[in-house]
Amino acid sequence: MDTTGTLFMPSGASTISGEVDAVFNFILIAGSIIFAIVVGLIIFFSVRYRRRDKPGLTSGISHNLKLELTWTIIPVILVFFAFYFGFKTYLKMSIVPGNAIEIKATGQKWFWSFDYPEGVTTVNELVVPVDQPVKVLLSSQDVIHSFFVPNFRIKMDVLPNRYTVTWFEAHQKGEYNLFCAEYCGTEHSEMVGKVRVVSESEYQNWLEESSTAGEGMTPAEYGAKLYISKSCNTCHSIDGTAGNGPSFKNIFGKTEKFADGSQAVVDENYLRESILEPANKIVAGYQNIMPTYQGLVKDREIDALIAYMKTLSNEQQ
Amino acid sequence: MNTIESPNYMNAKKGILSWLFTLDHKRIGILYLIGIMAAFALGGILAMLIRMELIHPGQDIMDADTYNQVFTLHGAVMIFLFIIPSIPAALGNFFLPIMIGARDVAFPKLNLASWWIFIGGSLFAVFSMYAGAVDTGWTFYTPYSTKTGTAVISMTLGVFILGFSSIFTGLNFIVTIHKLRAPGLTWYKLPLFVWGLYATAIIQVLATPVLGMTLILLILERVFQIGIFDPAMGGDPVLFQHFFWFYSHPAVYIMILPGMGIISELISVFAHKKIFGYKAIAYSSLAIAFISFLVWGHHMFVSGQSEIAAMIFSFLTFLVGIPSGIKVFNWLTTLYKGSITFETPMLYALSFLFLFTIGGLTGIFLGALATDVHLHDTYFVVAHFHYVMVGGTVMAFMGGLHYWWPKMFGRMYNEKWAKFAALLIFVGFNITFFTQFILGSQGMPRRYYNYLDQYQPLHAFSSYGSWILGLGFLIAFIYLFYAAFKGRPAGRNPWGALTFEWETPSPPPTENFDKDPVLRHEPYDYDKVLVERTYPEK
Repeated sequence: MDTTGTLFMPSGASTISGEVDAVFNFILIAGSIIFAIVVGLIIFFSVRYRRRDKPGLTSGISHNLKLELTWTIIPVILVFFAFYFGFKTYLKMSIVPGNAIEIKATGQKWFWSFDYPEGVTTVNELVVPVDQPVKVLLSSQDVIHSFFVPNFRIKMDVLPNRYTVTWFEAHQKGEYNLFCAEYCGTEHSEMVGKVRVVSESEYQNWLEESSTAGEGMTPAEYGAKLYISKSCNTCHSIDGTAGNGPSFKNIFGKTEKFADGSQAVVDENYLRESILEPANKIVAGYQNIMPTYQGLVKDREIDALIAYMKTLSNEQQ
Repeated sequence: MNTIESPNYMNAKKGILSWLFTLDHKRIGILYLIGIMAAFALGGILAMLIRMELIHPGQDIMDADTYNQVFTLHGAVMIFLFIIPSIPAALGNFFLPIMIGARDVAFPKLNLASWWIFIGGSLFAVFSMYAGAVDTGWTFYTPYSTKTGTAVISMTLGVFILGFSSIFTGLNFIVTIHKLRAPGLTWYKLPLFVWGLYATAIIQVLATPVLGMTLILLILERVFQIGIFDPAMGGDPVLFQHFFWFYSHPAVYIMILPGMGIISELISVFAHKKIFGYKAIAYSSLAIAFISFLVWGHHMFVSGQSEIAAMIFSFLTFLVGIPSGIKVFNWLTTLYKGSITFETPMLYALSFLFLFTIGGLTGIFLGALATDVHLHDTYFVVAHFHYVMVGGTVMAFMGGLHYWWPKMFGRMYNEKWAKFAALLIFVGFNITFFTQFILGSQGMPRRYYNYLDQYQPLHAFSSYGSWILGLGFLIAFIYLFYAAFKGRPAGRNPWGALTFEWETPSPPPTENFDKDPVLRHEPYDYDKVLVERTYPEK
């Protein structure tokens, strides 16, 4: 349980969350009162009018216009308010402020990637400045996904044939969960990212560092980092356990058999091809499900990943 | 003492073939009952497996692919094989003709055909479990369902075939209600269960074809690579959602309206009181049936549909809620100045009032746009849906089953066991599903095999509840089965009820009545007529 939130809602971290919660609470309170009346009357009538002696004829009342109008009109008014408040807030959630920065988000089985106007690309990590409206332009590479950040109270489906848009303005620094909310297959529940809300200066530093990432590290160290941040770990283990893809343990120098019956020794070129064109050679026993990383990784990052895989293997040449 | 020798529909003919090819609506009702009970048991076992797997994060008893297939099958089996046919095809088939004083439905052969089609469609659906299983969710959303490598075709073909069984039943009921009512039984003297079935039948006939066409388009796309829904072939995946929900939203009213009809009967009989607001209840069923066609877009508030569309669908969604609220208030007022007894059917009716009210009120959170954006596709929706479908329809079904069991088999079940099971079901259900409201509003997405640690306590709690719930249903199955063969004879009218079916022997003769029924009073005239119970009141 999120201990910073209420019983029903996780803590609200966006400018819209307070308003959404107000609508939620309005319905919760009005609904609870109606529920209490209904259950109270069930119990009261059940006790008061339980049969105490032999069955007999009972009252024939079957209509009461005033009563029936009352229980029609009051709920109509209440739900009209629920409709109105819900719609009003929804409009605010739909209209992107003019001063928003735009980040492109792509959903694919089974990770998120984010492209910043500054040229930075991240996987499963959306870093944004606090108190700044952010427009997220969404699209999918394969099936429908859904971009859901509970703490911001936003959700928008991510479609393969058109762009959809959502926006938020975080007013609380911190780290928040990003879920895929539209069922998308085997690793649907692993399609979980983070939204990191930082101060404007931290954001600028982060952008700077990201474009020069990996400096001061050995390629293998940098590769180990990328293994997590590019979400290779969703499908490829490093301890030999089977996943949706072959484990990276001892992968380098190994002879792989492919689905079409051919085979090859895993070398640098094979690994590079498998990252950029994963459908070309499918290892026997696995499905053709890996998306291409074309455009998501730079050459330098591929080098680092290969260096990292070598450290996981006995045979390193 | 414990034998029933009067000629009746059960002992009229012998042999399995006399059942499988019967034209008697009562026997067809029993055949349907066996079919849906098998489906309910299968769906229930799948549900227990789901809750077992979710007791901890990560893998407990199955891997992710298996889990995805299990929740898909749970949904598809429960919706298409159990809950849609449950009340209309089993209880409705058995009792609709008797309640209107007819000897059978209008088209007995069509009725038999619908059962065979039901079996055929079910076999296709269950076959998909062997043919690689389906992992799309019961909603079959494209383009996932056009891409996934599993047996989507056999499952959707099964659902397509099942649709015809539903259409045949609906068509049969409409004609039967129009043409075969006993002399003097005018529309406003019909039992409200009949009104509920009538409203249901309208939706079955008008909406089911749309589902059929949608699934055929999906199959064509998969087989012939015609681009309809898959953007890779030039199709539009959101189009599928429009088509699917154009059927499947009215379909939830196919599932609940007959249940509401049963509740009207139960509340009046066990409060021993004239139903309050007869016409309001009858017309609200029709109102629900018609408005239900205009609200499908509320399943798509975050699908990228326009804000204008979202606004209109949200507004209409609130409208469709009002008639349901009116019904609840009418039932409640029927209790006022009654002479209430609390036999098992009434316990289920009161459970229905309690749970369905929660189900209805939580629908408001989902109908309101701003809150739906947050709650959509979370466990909140799962909880809401189960409160309406299990807390609503299944409670009504269980109530109806206990109410009419002594009529169907002529024998009474053990009341103590029945009350105990009803209590287990009520408590277990609330533990299982109320927790899911909180899980959902806290952000837990649905259809997740694995989840973050913060959700674990509530998931575990929900799983414990499912054991109580499952035990309750198991006990109910056992004593009901036992009672059908060994229970004490119940007599014609164990509840002192006033509708036609209680004037004929239990079990009824093949022709339904020993002599032509004569309308002597209206179905809820507890202010004018007192009928002795034929089974001792406890």
